[in-house]
Amino acid sequence: MSAETQALSSGQPLKVKRKAFSNTLTRVAKYTALRLVTLFVTVVIGIYLTILIANMGGYVDEILRGEIRERIAVGVSNNPAFRDYTPEERSKYIDERVALEEERLGLNRPFAVRSFAFLRNALTLNLGRAINMTSDSGSKQVTLIILERLPSTLLLFGIANLALFFSSVFIALSLSRHYGSFWDKVILVLTPTSAAPPWFYGIFLILIFAALLKILPFGGMVDAPPPDNWFDYALSVARHMILPSLALILASIFLSIYNWRTFFLIYSSEDYVEMAKAKGLNARDIERRYILRPTLPTIITSFALLLIGLWTGAIITETVFNWPGLGRTLFRAIGLYDTPVIVGLTIIYAYLLAITVFLLDIIYALVDPRVKVGGSGGGA
Amino acid sequence: MKSFLNSLKEIGRYPSAIAGLVIIGILVLISIYALVTIPYDEAVRLWRGGEDIWYANPKVAPPAWFNFFSRKKQPVTLTLSSERGEAEKTSNIGSGETHDITILYTFDYEYDDFPTEITFFFNNKFNAKQPFVAIRWITPDGRELRVADFGLNARQTYRASQDEKLKRRLGGLAPEVGLFADPNSDPAKPVPLKGTYQIRIEGVVFEPQADINAEFVMQGKLAGWAGTDHQRRDLMIPLLWGTPVALAFGLVASLGTGLLTMFIAAFGVWYAGWVDELIQRITEINLVLPFLSILIMVGTFYSRSIWTILGVTILLSIFTGGIKSYRAIFMQIKETTYIEAARAYGASDMRIIFLYLIPRIIPVLIPGLISGIPSFVFLEASLAVLGLGDPVLPTWGKIINNAFANGALYNGQYYWVLEPAALLMITGFAFAMLGFSLDRIFNPRLRGL
Repeated sequence: MSAETQALSSGQPLKVKRKAFSNTLTRVAKYTALRLVTLFVTVVIGIYLTILIANMGGYVDEILRGEIRERIAVGVSNNPAFRDYTPEERSKYIDERVALEEERLGLNRPFAVRSFAFLRNALTLNLGRAINMTSDSGSKQVTLIILERLPSTLLLFGIANLALFFSSVFIALSLSRHYGSFWDKVILVLTPTSAAPPWFYGIFLILIFAALLKILPFGGMVDAPPPDNWFDYALSVARHMILPSLALILASIFLSIYNWRTFFLIYSSEDYVEMAKAKGLNARDIERRYILRPTLPTIITSFALLLIGLWTGAIITETVFNWPGLGRTLFRAIGLYDTPVIVGLTIIYAYLLAITVFLLDIIYALVDPRVKVGGSGGGA
Repeated sequence: MKSFLNSLKEIGRYPSAIAGLVIIGILVLISIYALVTIPYDEAVRLWRGGEDIWYANPKVAPPAWFNFFSRKKQPVTLTLSSERGEAEKTSNIGSGETHDITILYTFDYEYDDFPTEITFFFNNKFNAKQPFVAIRWITPDGRELRVADFGLNARQTYRASQDEKLKRRLGGLAPEVGLFADPNSDPAKPVPLKGTYQIRIEGVVFEPQADINAEFVMQGKLAGWAGTDHQRRDLMIPLLWGTPVALAFGLVASLGTGLLTMFIAAFGVWYAGWVDELIQRITEINLVLPFLSILIMVGTFYSRSIWTILGVTILLSIFTGGIKSYRAIFMQIKETTYIEAARAYGASDMRIIFLYLIPRIIPVLIPGLISGIPSFVFLEASLAVLGLGDPVLPTWGKIINNAFANGALYNGQYYWVLEPAALLMITGFAFAMLGFSLDRIFNPRLRGL
């Protein structure tokens, strides 16, 4: 920008302008490339760490080997066809079968080598097959297992979080207008309630609405057996969604409103807002142009992070409400040592996060003229 | 320092801060009481103990003070032992080696409902010849019912509630109901007969040194101050012991995370260059790692010990958004003139970091540390709710986990969930209220808002 202004003032507009533009372009390209590379390296290291942890540094392989040997040994000793074998023949046969099975699962190679193969597969989104888990349709493909659970997580957390986000932003905006009012104080008093996580409110909601009043279900996603026609089905799902979404909203709405309210208040005490008020602009315009506009980057950031946060669902809330989503799938995968599923869920989350962070950088530059892409940076 | 103390004095002006402090004080007192009265080994032994320790308690019974609030009085657990002198024991030396021993229990029954179980625990002394006992039940209206007659081993348990013969003799009523039922009431809807009951155990022993002792246990529908769980354990143990565990976990995790984050951010900003770059990159990598999943993996794969979980929690919580906001503040401080002055007079790096940089951030740090505690307290409970609690320690989260696993909410055993939940909530809110007020005191920019 500064080069451009200088060029304009020095009286050689066109040529220099074009040069400045191409300069900006190379700078942006360079910055973009650098940013992409660092983000990618971050994802690679993060995923490799997850692979190491999810395999217990190779110990899961030992568990699998033990399981294979035991399964085959039990199978052989229970099979009448092998009764005539001598113990040596039998153990030799077992060893062969074990070796074959280990080769099929790739367990014959050292873990260090396998971990890099895992990494490559994960990065190319070749998620492979689960070890123990199957999808409801019976497939062992990790992609299918994840895709099957995705809609229920998106439905619950999408609706709850969107409601939470928009209601808290709008309530905060109106509170910041009437700061110090009765409702403002109510929110202030209620803010510490956000210290408790959603599942905690879930327990109370289940107790009140399911156990005592018996008007809403304890958990699950749909009545058993599921209704036949789609309307009753949707109605049943909606009924099952009320308590978990209420729990999710209750757990963070007051803190969220408080934070947004404080944020808006800081911006509405800026000098240019006072100036606009003095000029006699009406309140709506001031709000839209002078308060919302500069806070837009922050709003977009938290909205974007909210959207990718949907991906992980919420392990405990889903467990408490028996909601068949990704969080519970992840929890089950960990319990079953099913590393492909754990890594699969993590890599998608990591990619989504990296892409979002990258896009946010660009969106910032678009909505906020103060942000200079490729500048010396500095701040956080 | 003086302004710091003045700020602390200001706490008095915030009612929520005072309320928070009072609650925290009470929780600390409860923790001290728990640690003093029930030593660690004893707590673990009681919590891990089975029927041998808790046989006298009913299963899943609400606390005894429920009676105080309800008009219909529920029976409270009663134990009477002849060894402890809670029964009249008389010995009659008969002819030869044989003599009679009579144990007579007397108790008042003033409840509107029936107990859940009736059990006799015998502890006997003899060499070869088994003693013999007959148990007789004397109701307030003077009826004498035959409960059972049997020979005794050295240690023997007689569960009257599971005695089918007794059930038949009582007209098909379960023994714990039939023995207390008013004979004039409708057998389909029996009503207990109130008054003084007596149980007579008439024993015959066949050796001079032989002896019989018996403990009568009537497992009621209510027990203790906190009620019991599915393994008959008194919930008072985990409720009391959960307090120091929760406070310690929350405090250590919050302090550890907060202080380490601050030091690392300070070093990064001061040394800049690759140190700062490294810290930034680690933070970005850590953001990609799924925090809760890793904790669950550590719990499932490596160790469920609360100390391991605590360490991993701190490790994963250092390099998060907090380090970025501390960094932003340190960046501003680093450019101030007094730092320049310190550099000019030749102060060492350490001196500048510890005496000039870090003190400036304490007003931000302290409220953050306090408000951070609830999330860690709830984190410990969350892991326990997932079944990943410490294997030996009794904690609040484990009560909730047990309650959920046994369908407490479906079965209407609300006390089982509500007691630990209420304690968790009180703890969480107390620290949140205090932290919130401290934030407003230390950061006056927020005060006007």
